[in-house]
Amino acid sequence: MKIKTISRSADAYVPAANTREAPLSRNMNPELHPFERAREYTRAVNATKLERVFAQPFVGTLGDGHRDGVYAFAKNFSSVNKVATASGDGVIKYWDVTSRDQTFSFKAHYGMCSGLVVSPNQESILSCGVDKTIKLWKINNDSDYNQNYDINNKNETTTSTTGLLKTYLADFSLMALDHHQTDDIFVTAGANINLWDINRNKPISNLSWGADNISSVKFNKTETSIFASTGSDNSLILYDIRTNSPTQKIKTSMRNNAISWNPMEAFIFATANEDQNSYLWDMRYMDKSLNVFKGHVNAVMDVDFSPTGKEIVTGSYDKTLRIFQTNKGHSRDVYHTKRMQHIFITKFSTDSKYIFSGSDDGNVRIWRTKANERSGPKSSKKRAKEEYDEKLKQRYADMPEIRRIARHRHLPLSIKKSTDIKNEQIASIKHREENRRNHSKEGEVPYVPERSKTVVGRVHKQ
Amino acid sequence: MSEIVDSQNTIKNGGNKLSATARKRQRQLKKMDNEYEEALEEAQRAEILLTEEQGFIETDGMEKSWRFSQDEIVKNVDISTANKRFELKLNDYGPYTIDYSRTGRDLLICGKKGHVASFDWRLGTLHTELHLNETANAAKYLQNSQMFAVAQKKYVYIYDHEGTEIHKLKQHLDPTLLDFLPYHYLLVSAGKSGWLRYHDISTGEMVGALRTKLGPTVSMAQNPWNAVMHAGHSNGQVTLWSPGMSTPLAKMQVCRGPVRSIAVNRDGRYMAALGADKTLKIWDIRKFEELDSYSTPTQGNSVHISDSGLVSVGWGPHVTIWKDCFKSHQKHPYLTHLIPGSQVQTTKFVPFEDILGVGHNNGFSSLIVPGAGESNFDALEINPYETKKMRRETEVRMLMNKLKPDMITLDPNVIGTVDRRKPHERLTAKEQSEKEAAALEDEENKSRDDVEKFIKPETSSKNSALRKFKRKHRKNLITERSMRVQKALEREKELRQQKKDLENNIQRKKDELENAFDRFK
Repeated sequence: MKIKTISRSADAYVPAANTREAPLSRNMNPELHPFERAREYTRAVNATKLERVFAQPFVGTLGDGHRDGVYAFAKNFSSVNKVATASGDGVIKYWDVTSRDQTFSFKAHYGMCSGLVVSPNQESILSCGVDKTIKLWKINNDSDYNQNYDINNKNETTTSTTGLLKTYLADFSLMALDHHQTDDIFVTAGANINLWDINRNKPISNLSWGADNISSVKFNKTETSIFASTGSDNSLILYDIRTNSPTQKIKTSMRNNAISWNPMEAFIFATANEDQNSYLWDMRYMDKSLNVFKGHVNAVMDVDFSPTGKEIVTGSYDKTLRIFQTNKGHSRDVYHTKRMQHIFITKFSTDSKYIFSGSDDGNVRIWRTKANERSGPKSSKKRAKEEYDEKLKQRYADMPEIRRIARHRHLPLSIKKSTDIKNEQIASIKHREENRRNHSKEGEVPYVPERSKTVVGRVHKQ
Repeated sequence: MSEIVDSQNTIKNGGNKLSATARKRQRQLKKMDNEYEEALEEAQRAEILLTEEQGFIETDGMEKSWRFSQDEIVKNVDISTANKRFELKLNDYGPYTIDYSRTGRDLLICGKKGHVASFDWRLGTLHTELHLNETANAAKYLQNSQMFAVAQKKYVYIYDHEGTEIHKLKQHLDPTLLDFLPYHYLLVSAGKSGWLRYHDISTGEMVGALRTKLGPTVSMAQNPWNAVMHAGHSNGQVTLWSPGMSTPLAKMQVCRGPVRSIAVNRDGRYMAALGADKTLKIWDIRKFEELDSYSTPTQGNSVHISDSGLVSVGWGPHVTIWKDCFKSHQKHPYLTHLIPGSQVQTTKFVPFEDILGVGHNNGFSSLIVPGAGESNFDALEINPYETKKMRRETEVRMLMNKLKPDMITLDPNVIGTVDRRKPHERLTAKEQSEKEAAALEDEENKSRDDVEKFIKPETSSKNSALRKFKRKHRKNLITERSMRVQKALEREKELRQQKKDLENNIQRKKDELENAFDRFK
């Protein structure tokens, strides 16, 4: 007779010390794991609910903000925690994002400071204003150099001189400015588009095409000799500084307010449009847009690509900011607070984890890109759990209950109402069009894809 | 190449071409499914990593395993197992029903006369001991050994690990049977009232009260695979219940006479039922078919199935353990044990151990049954070696992942499957039930006509079409149709008798109370 029974050694299963992790023995036999499907589904529902529970997108504001609305913003591309902002009263502030305090500030311009950029060598800031000047400021990382512009200074006619390296004089008030990625060249926009060399006092060329005002201008950071501008005549113009001329121009149905180039795909860029949508463009095929981002209920004022090129953030006059995935038409998330006014600036931080927004109320707010994500060190357990939850959410994303929970967002009443009204209007327009189509000869009223509706005309420079 | 492209572009869904996004999503899902299948294979391959071995008895030559006494077994096993064989002599408060916690570490014994004790049976440390001074019919650990429920004379009470009464569940009247569905956090009670009551113990809500309409419930067991409750009744029927349905999911005629005890194995395929007609029936509960029948010399009291599929039967003072009885008919049991001068009340295998606990009139016995338990546990599911911290974490996790009561169905894998009908063809739950009811009624009418057509009193009872039908469909499953056939058969018999009486000029007795005044004659 031979008898064997289960006799486990506790040493193999009980942790050796309190501080040690207990050894986990696994047995994947499905009989030991009943209700596998039902439990997995329940876990997916819980993961989705918890995502919404922990969704707290607002992190804080930078210092005390500005005295006037924030209308210009510059990232420092070599650093994650340094940004510069400029406001309507001509004050520029340079911020340390980690401590959320300003490093220094100065009054740069009389009236609005409309353009701001940190030069690629990280040593200076260029700013332009409606006072027809462009100023080059020194960034000093020396902690002794702590010059702050006194906001209580009643003498509005003086501007700061400390740290000012150079002043360039333009012939007209300036609306925007951007610096070349590698060379010492910058471009300004206003009544004309001018190309400047940083070492000269006069613009090196005038690239204007058409007579109207230019409201924004952006250099391509990858294909460095190309830049784009938007004008108040609803035009969207592409330039090449190698030929020293504009290359093509399209007219959209309404004005574009801002441009952002995709950092990963050099030929893709997004524009924020006055018609409440944002558009994605391929500069090689401009006869229609690649995608239309819908959702805002007022003019979109700014747009920015995330460093990965997968997402864009838009800020709108309707006091909300929205995050879109570039391959989707509707926003992934919408952020708002009670006190935030019309947004003029939205920018991703250079590590894509945060979003900055500047608004009419003078505050620069910091938001999380993923509302439920928390920074800080995570245990491997926590990380594994997050990855597992992410996979679960993906797998069950189409289940009606989960989709409803994941999509639900609280919106201010005014936005909700305007959305309803907007939807009604769109439905009515469509209805009207459909009626017209039904009562006219076949093919007379063609279906126009939403993506090509916005393009009115297109011209190439000969 | 062109064919492949074409087939991708025309994935059909009810004749409609899918949109580009739908096709993309379909590809994503397909990829996820593949990953899932790969993981399954990997899991299967991981079996070789399992460290522990199953227990067994190997016999040489003429030795018969069922002749081995516990004393002999104790001599031949290692010391740690031998220590697990013990007896508790509790002559005053029996008979004892017992319950093990899900980890198998703790034992709850409940004497009919109100003696309840919870203890760690391996270490021999007592958690609590209660004298309730009233009848205690059954006791059951809840999600872990920190709480247990006792079915007392009138109500169900819940006690914590120190024996403090924390709840009195007044809705559960006259309970004699208790069970707990751990993944749904449902306490189920049944008893003399003939009602099955589901109580969610995490929220304190009554989830369902189901009227069996079959008199007092005699026995009850849960199907651990799909959480369906099996209730045994005094007419020999076993009914299957889900809290969302007021009618049983299925009815089975298992034996003649009351069903004394039921057990379902852990993968939910087989049910063992012990009848008062001295039978042990093995049922396939996926096909609703009787597989096998064993007889017990006297009425059995208790049956239980271990993780490895051993069946223990307690009858009179005996315990018989059967092995492989789901695979083929066994001539001899695997092991037997006698508890002289006592009556076995409950037998329960200990999870993850080769031990069988037996509660009887004179106390409790712990028997060694090699090969009874699952040797390799999954620490993320149930961990017999869990620490206090792990126990708490498990409890929170279980609560978070609590399943909804309406997820209890006969096939637990139906959740998450795709309803392939088009949205406009899909019905709401209400429409569905209405439609089903109408269809059922239609069929009933039709088959009623069918059946009544066959009532022919002129043929002899042997050749009756109805009897033929019954012979042909001799199944113990009670369906609407079989019940109608039975009724029709009785009606036919009556008509045949009438006809006979008429031929023999026997005056049929008229209703004696034809006239209201007749009773005064």
